[in-house]
Amino acid sequence: MKINTINYELLKKPISLIYRKPGDRIFLSMAVFLGISIVLLTIVMAFVLYGESKEAITRFGVLGFPLKAVWDPAINLEFGALTFIAGTLFTSIGALVLSFVPAVAIAIFTAEYAPRWLSVIVDNLVNLIAAVPSVVVGIWGIFVFTPWMRDCVYMPFFSWSTDNFPALVPLLGNPIGFGMSTATIILALMVLPYTAALTRDAIRLVPREQREASWALGATHREVILMAVLPYSRSGILAGVILSFGRAIGETMAVAMLIGNKNTLPFTLFGPGATMPSVIINEFREAVGNIHYSSLMAVGLALFAISLIVNLLAAWISRKFAFAGGQMV
Amino acid sequence: MKKQILLTALLLLTQVAYSERIDIIGAGASFPAPLITAMADSYRELTNQKVTVNYQSIGSGGGIRQFSEQTIMFGMTEAYLKDDIMESIEKKSGGKAFNMPITLADVVAVYNLPGIEKGLVLNGEVLTDIFSGKIKKWNDSRISKLNPKTKLPSLPITVVHRSDGSGTTNIWTSYLSSVSKEWAQKVGFATSVNWPVGIGAYGNEGVAGTVRNSPGSIGYVSFSYALLNKISYAYLVNSSGNTIKPSFSATTAAADIDLPEDTRALFTNTSAAKGYPVAGFTWMLVYENLDKNKAITNQNEAEELVKFLIWAITDGQELSESLGYAKLPQAAVKRNVAMIKQLKWENKPIGSQLIESSKLK
Repeated sequence: MKINTINYELLKKPISLIYRKPGDRIFLSMAVFLGISIVLLTIVMAFVLYGESKEAITRFGVLGFPLKAVWDPAINLEFGALTFIAGTLFTSIGALVLSFVPAVAIAIFTAEYAPRWLSVIVDNLVNLIAAVPSVVVGIWGIFVFTPWMRDCVYMPFFSWSTDNFPALVPLLGNPIGFGMSTATIILALMVLPYTAALTRDAIRLVPREQREASWALGATHREVILMAVLPYSRSGILAGVILSFGRAIGETMAVAMLIGNKNTLPFTLFGPGATMPSVIINEFREAVGNIHYSSLMAVGLALFAISLIVNLLAAWISRKFAFAGGQMV
Repeated sequence: MKKQILLTALLLLTQVAYSERIDIIGAGASFPAPLITAMADSYRELTNQKVTVNYQSIGSGGGIRQFSEQTIMFGMTEAYLKDDIMESIEKKSGGKAFNMPITLADVVAVYNLPGIEKGLVLNGEVLTDIFSGKIKKWNDSRISKLNPKTKLPSLPITVVHRSDGSGTTNIWTSYLSSVSKEWAQKVGFATSVNWPVGIGAYGNEGVAGTVRNSPGSIGYVSFSYALLNKISYAYLVNSSGNTIKPSFSATTAAADIDLPEDTRALFTNTSAAKGYPVAGFTWMLVYENLDKNKAITNQNEAEELVKFLIWAITDGQELSESLGYAKLPQAAVKRNVAMIKQLKWENKPIGSQLIESSKLK
């Protein structure tokens, strides 16, 4: 009680009286300034995006713009972002699904099974994938991965299905190599290090007691991991997955280089598609008309909103599941 | 005392340097950037390091925007200014915005057909149907009719187009639009369009790389790119019925027609008998009342800009072909001179004065 009143008295004083030393004050003002400037920067970015995209939003509607699949910069000058939102969601979710199991497996291997020297090597190699610039991944995709996928996967599968399952052919689309599936696989490769690193950290944070308790009950190593470690760390893993999702949504260059860039629905499995960042990077430089420019900005605003939602969701999930995860087992 | 002398000397020196060095700032289309940069280098040497042309390739859209916002002295674009932009500039500056042709862009159809390295002949109608997805195989009777001596494979056609907005796309689609009414109504022409079929690749290099990697594909790139990278390109039948092999002289010939006074014209599917049909201008954008452009601060700068402009359409053109650009035809130079003559600084006709003193007179 007494402590509380003292604190309260202290808090009632102006900050300048609490922090008397110049070093304290400089440090405080710097921390406050930098902290607030980040918040301001985000708000200003959102505001500018909104201001630049206003023309498109008022013309096509707040809901009309994101829910319409039309992109015609030449004749009718009509724009809608549904194609790109769909493309972004398909590729990002696909990439997460593809990368989730390998990423968790790598994390389990390095955190639980591998000897220390090997886990250091594997960790660094995985991190190295994250360090490769995405344009380099894109070039590798164009010259190595795409031709290989076309010759060894898409073409054989396509001709097999024309012979045996003709009904499947319209769903497969043009097997030229550039398309949704190629972009999704490359994207999976690019987000894998993030999921793996965050999962590994979550697993390493599991308290020793948790493990020892399971050992004591006679669990095998596999059972300890599956029944004690993973459930306990699931909030961290989930948050990691969602942060990787955020990264996949925003990935631009490699996707734009490999996705085939078709601005119309419907998409097919092998055939070309487009995402929100890819259409922005493709058309921004030469968007001559005002409404075209404004529509690209509106796509940017939608991307901003989706990224924000994803980040908030990640924060919420890691809080919501953090305690329950430990207690339920 | 000594200090004072030194100071004055320093002051004088900086002043001299300051008054001597002039930066001409421009920005816009990326297609002409290598040419403008080379011109800038030669021009700086020509003027004994006095005039530096600083060009940023930020894209036609950016060029037009910066030009209307008056942050640059000249803009560059591969699509001429639309009427509404012309009007708003006229309202703001009390004078016209001039579109002056600086160089020519030409676009060729590149293809990948094993065994047919050279000389595939196509025409506008066939190209439109290929790019609309109506002609699906290479051994279609309409293609073989144009190539009676060539044995065409029964490969499916894959269309490759630019995914990024580009003046190359503008010229290519404007050609298809001028050949086919249906294309003009359904797809139209612009720096990026709503493609009916095909896959999009980034940049000239992306289209070229995809075409080279995919047998049976057809795409379009700027001529110099196809030439430098030794990709097979098609000969086109022009509107006079002549089969034209793409070349710089055929491109120049295409533009040597009766141009409108403001040169805001497309001459794809040109009426010139020896002209290559898929070509267009790249324009330099300049204010008629140079003093109204906030980026130009004094008459000296305005005069140097005009001098550079005059040089660029005359001696500067000699740089074109070695860099992969076609030279301007006489018809365009004539129109440019007429426009330069109208350039003013605070109502002084500096344009015609400078033309008088140049060899163009």
